[in-house]
Amino acid sequence: MYGFEALTFNINGGYLEAIVRGHRAGLLTAADYNNLCQCETLDDIKMHLTATEYGSYLQNEPSPLHTTTIVEKCTLKLVDEYKHMLCQATEPLSTFLEYITYGHMIDNVVLIVTGTLHERDVQELLEKCHPLGMFDSIATLAVAQNMRELYRLVLVDTPLAPYFSECITSEDLDDMNIEIMRNTLYKAYLEDFYRFCQKLGGATAEIMSDLLAFEADRRAVNITINSIGTELTRDDRRKLYSNFGLLYPYGHEELAVCEDIDQVRAVMEKYPPYQSIFAKLSYGESQMLDKAFYEEEVKRLCLAFEQQFHYAVFFAYMRLREQEIRNLMWISECVAQNQKSRVHDSVVFIF
Amino acid sequence: MERFIDNWPPMDLMRSEKMTLVQLIVPVESAHRALSYLGELGLLQFRDLNADKSPFQRTFVNQVKRCAEMSRKLRFFKDQISKAGLLSSMRPVMQPDIELEELEIQLAEHENELIEMNANSEKLRQSYNELLEFKIVLQKAGGFLVSSGSHAVSERELNENVYSNNDYVETASLLEQEMRPGRSDQSGLKFISGIICKSKALRFERMLFRATRGNMLFNQAPADEEIMDPVSYEMVEKTAFVVFFSGEQAKTKILKICEAFGANCYPVPEDITKQRQITREVSSRLAELEATLDAGIRHRNKALTSVSIHLAKWTNMVRREKAVYDTLNMLNFDVTKKCLVGEGWCPIFAKTQIQAALQRATIDSNSQVGVIFHFMDAVESPPTYFRTNKFTNAFQEIVDAYGVARYQEANPAVYTVITFPFLFAVMFGDWGHGICLLLGALVLIARESKLSAQKLGSFMEMLFGGRYILLLMSLFSIYCGLIYNEFFSVPFLIFGGSAYKCRDTTCSDAYSAGLVKYQDPYPFGVDPSWRGSRSELPFLNSLKMKMSILLGLAHMNLGIILSYFNARFFHSLLDIRYQFVPQLIFLNSLFGYLSLLIIIKWCTGSQADLYHVMIYMFLSPTEDLGENQLFWGQRPLQIILLLLAIIAVPWMLFPKPFILKRLHTERFQGRTYGMLGTSEMDLEVEPDSARQHHEDFNFSEVFVHQMIHSIEFVLGAVSNTASYLRLWALSLAHSELSTVFYEKVLLLAWGYDNLVIRLVGLTVFAFATAFILLMMESLSAFLHSLRLHWVEFQNKFYHGDGYKFKPFSFASLTEDED
Repeated sequence: MYGFEALTFNINGGYLEAIVRGHRAGLLTAADYNNLCQCETLDDIKMHLTATEYGSYLQNEPSPLHTTTIVEKCTLKLVDEYKHMLCQATEPLSTFLEYITYGHMIDNVVLIVTGTLHERDVQELLEKCHPLGMFDSIATLAVAQNMRELYRLVLVDTPLAPYFSECITSEDLDDMNIEIMRNTLYKAYLEDFYRFCQKLGGATAEIMSDLLAFEADRRAVNITINSIGTELTRDDRRKLYSNFGLLYPYGHEELAVCEDIDQVRAVMEKYPPYQSIFAKLSYGESQMLDKAFYEEEVKRLCLAFEQQFHYAVFFAYMRLREQEIRNLMWISECVAQNQKSRVHDSVVFIF
Repeated sequence: MERFIDNWPPMDLMRSEKMTLVQLIVPVESAHRALSYLGELGLLQFRDLNADKSPFQRTFVNQVKRCAEMSRKLRFFKDQISKAGLLSSMRPVMQPDIELEELEIQLAEHENELIEMNANSEKLRQSYNELLEFKIVLQKAGGFLVSSGSHAVSERELNENVYSNNDYVETASLLEQEMRPGRSDQSGLKFISGIICKSKALRFERMLFRATRGNMLFNQAPADEEIMDPVSYEMVEKTAFVVFFSGEQAKTKILKICEAFGANCYPVPEDITKQRQITREVSSRLAELEATLDAGIRHRNKALTSVSIHLAKWTNMVRREKAVYDTLNMLNFDVTKKCLVGEGWCPIFAKTQIQAALQRATIDSNSQVGVIFHFMDAVESPPTYFRTNKFTNAFQEIVDAYGVARYQEANPAVYTVITFPFLFAVMFGDWGHGICLLLGALVLIARESKLSAQKLGSFMEMLFGGRYILLLMSLFSIYCGLIYNEFFSVPFLIFGGSAYKCRDTTCSDAYSAGLVKYQDPYPFGVDPSWRGSRSELPFLNSLKMKMSILLGLAHMNLGIILSYFNARFFHSLLDIRYQFVPQLIFLNSLFGYLSLLIIIKWCTGSQADLYHVMIYMFLSPTEDLGENQLFWGQRPLQIILLLLAIIAVPWMLFPKPFILKRLHTERFQGRTYGMLGTSEMDLEVEPDSARQHHEDFNFSEVFVHQMIHSIEFVLGAVSNTASYLRLWALSLAHSELSTVFYEKVLLLAWGYDNLVIRLVGLTVFAFATAFILLMMESLSAFLHSLRLHWVEFQNKFYHGDGYKFKPFSFASLTEDED
């Protein structure tokens, strides 16, 4: 019942919405980032972060600090918050929350499979996995030799199983295959998530379709740019685009035939929402594109909080925190490697 | 009169302490010592002079970091001690004070030692675990693989084992079929044995099944002992397993799966004699390792105990040091970089103490130059500081919960000490319940020293914090209960006999014709004969309602009178003339008159209808009162009062804003320049300070403000008076509820001549009394009393926009922690 969420939403979702809005209030502000950017050492960063909500997670770390520790602890906080919310959630919110993690799950699967392909140690790989995308038998991924086995042995138990139906081949795994698998999975995941949100209806569907469409379009652009100059055929490329979003279907046709970044740009500038993103970039440049997309995403995610009684705030909060952790990682890396002039290159202010 | 008021002895709680802004100029060498002495004293609140700097740009950031690092180490020790199960609450042994630097070195040593020991014991623990697991696997797997010379025998025995040990009948038979052809190929069947966490066993088996496409046999047996996880120190249940399979490819797969699941594989020889031999070896090595481990743990515990003796002291010390450096960070360097300049608030009475402390610091640190300490002019309003004791503290908290008093404003907490419990008791009047509360309060007070030392739950802590409020509330409710003459709703003849008796000896017409009065009224409180009579409720309601209005009016008048003292104190003649006087007149000409009527009616026993009098006072003031006349000259008095009330409204509305406007124009007449602040002050003004801005005088804003105030007061006079009727309503509810429990539960059950029913009735009555009447009712009466104070009383005079005095003090530091 669109427009009538206010009547019933708070029965199950009110408490969690309050919690997530409270968490959002704890996101670092521009003032925090300004202070962080002035830090001289990682200890300074730790000291500043102990004054924020990260305090209790960092205060017990011994002093020669590493960037990985900071990131790990910050992620731990996010995971703790997520788990707390998941425990409290009822249907359909709990399914919605689970959907948020599938993206990480796909990334983890790809990470492990690629890692084993290059004969890395499984334990080492597991440490690199995003904790939100962990599932029980993730370590067993190393056993699989090809996609069919991958599916039959491990993934059939996970929520990713249905997404796999499109990419089961008996080919041996190689880098190219894996990358295609990642994108196919992601496509299936986004489409499924999109359908799920549509089913939920109301403000959730409205806001989530906007956010997911942006995500799908961004992936389409990235796929196009990354596949320029590879042996991926146009049809294959076309198949990797998600079947929704602003670019669907005509933009996809045009993107599929792009040969260089300026052609992509020409395609994207036909779409007013993306015009502003590309307007910031000079011709032939694709380095800053990621940041521009992130900035746009953050803007949209923040807008999700303007409306009440919908689930998109959970999605938005998780994404914003992830962005914040990315920012912290970048700042810490810059500080650790004495590259402070580059601090602002990749930090996306949230507020 | 004026002089008389001015000569009143000062009382601590009436107004907050006089504060002053002080400046400290401390030589760098004695700064640390001076601040720690000040922290012990705890009477100076520092202002942050470096608010624009981020924490790591401040002067003493390195020391703060070191302290944070040390407290981290201390937390690590505490964690280790509690993990080792040692008691850390040992009495600290007296020991010489150590310097911070020394402590830092000591802590680092201890930490390194501990980490090394932990690493060693972890290594040992790991090899111990491995051996233990190996032993378990040997025991369990040995059962599956009893082998002797020929494979055929081994297989048969194996199958038997399967039959006897497990219920895997189907699997076993399947194996049997599959294995028969394998008998010719002697090397076809291989096995891997190992151990895995019990929680993972099921998934492990499923994965194995999938990976080998079912061509395997999985046997498992739970381990008898739990194995300690070396990382989390938790005991984990494990399961030994043996997997039979054939083929080299399957082997690599299974090994990979084992690795992925964290299952440890151990080779078990098929030969039974070899097995026994290995088991013996393992057992002996286990015993050795166990001894080593024990020695290690003992050593570690000893080290931890030596730390734990000092732990509390060290923690305290580090915490203090950190606080000192945090405060030092609030100070500024002066131009020469040899002195630190600090500003802060302190109560005037503390001046000598602070100076003495600073003197001591100078001497103790052998500084050449003393600390300069002088008063400064302040633009912003000082913090509010009340010196409370354990009795008044809770009442001050009640007031502060609404808003901290403006600096030197009349403090309502003084009156709250009595009025709050009294108004509570008016609603909770029952001396039986009062005695129960009293007992509770006395228990809390008697165990005060013990309870204040330990940590309480949030509810208990609240109760304990309010123990003196509880004491006064219970005393007053006993008093009010005696007036209402209710003991668990039962009236008693305590103060002599009832004034009423039946008309004749049979008392048959008591309910129809009523009783007759035959002697003087009952000397104290309500006559017990009212109880159970038909006119009980009308009588009590009328009594309590009128009483509520009288109490409410007295309470509100007290509030208005306090606004007079406030205005006097702040020398605001305007407020006295155009706010206090009309307010007093307005309230008393209407509701003061009503109170007067009530008292006259009580004294004369008149039958006049007060509703009628009050209503027609407004509707037709000139009309004759008729039988409702209570005293001579009532009508002219009413007209005068009404006129006064009507005059009072514009009186409090119009003059004040116009006079303010005139004052403002007079002050700035002919001036083309703005006021000059002293340049020094302007530089140091913080942007967010509570500085009073004189600049703009916006007449319309002032007028609207005054209008809101006046309307609020005029309407409030009616609604607040009505609000005090809650005293009557809650008191009625309380007595009715307790009557219901007494009559419908206790007396009903007592009517049966059955012990069980009586006991049940008694328990129900006791629980209802305890939970509904003593807990819920007292809570509701508490809240209503709170409201009467916050809204009806305090809105007459209380601004409550001050901020609390938060001195730099070590004592408050320990409270904050944990």
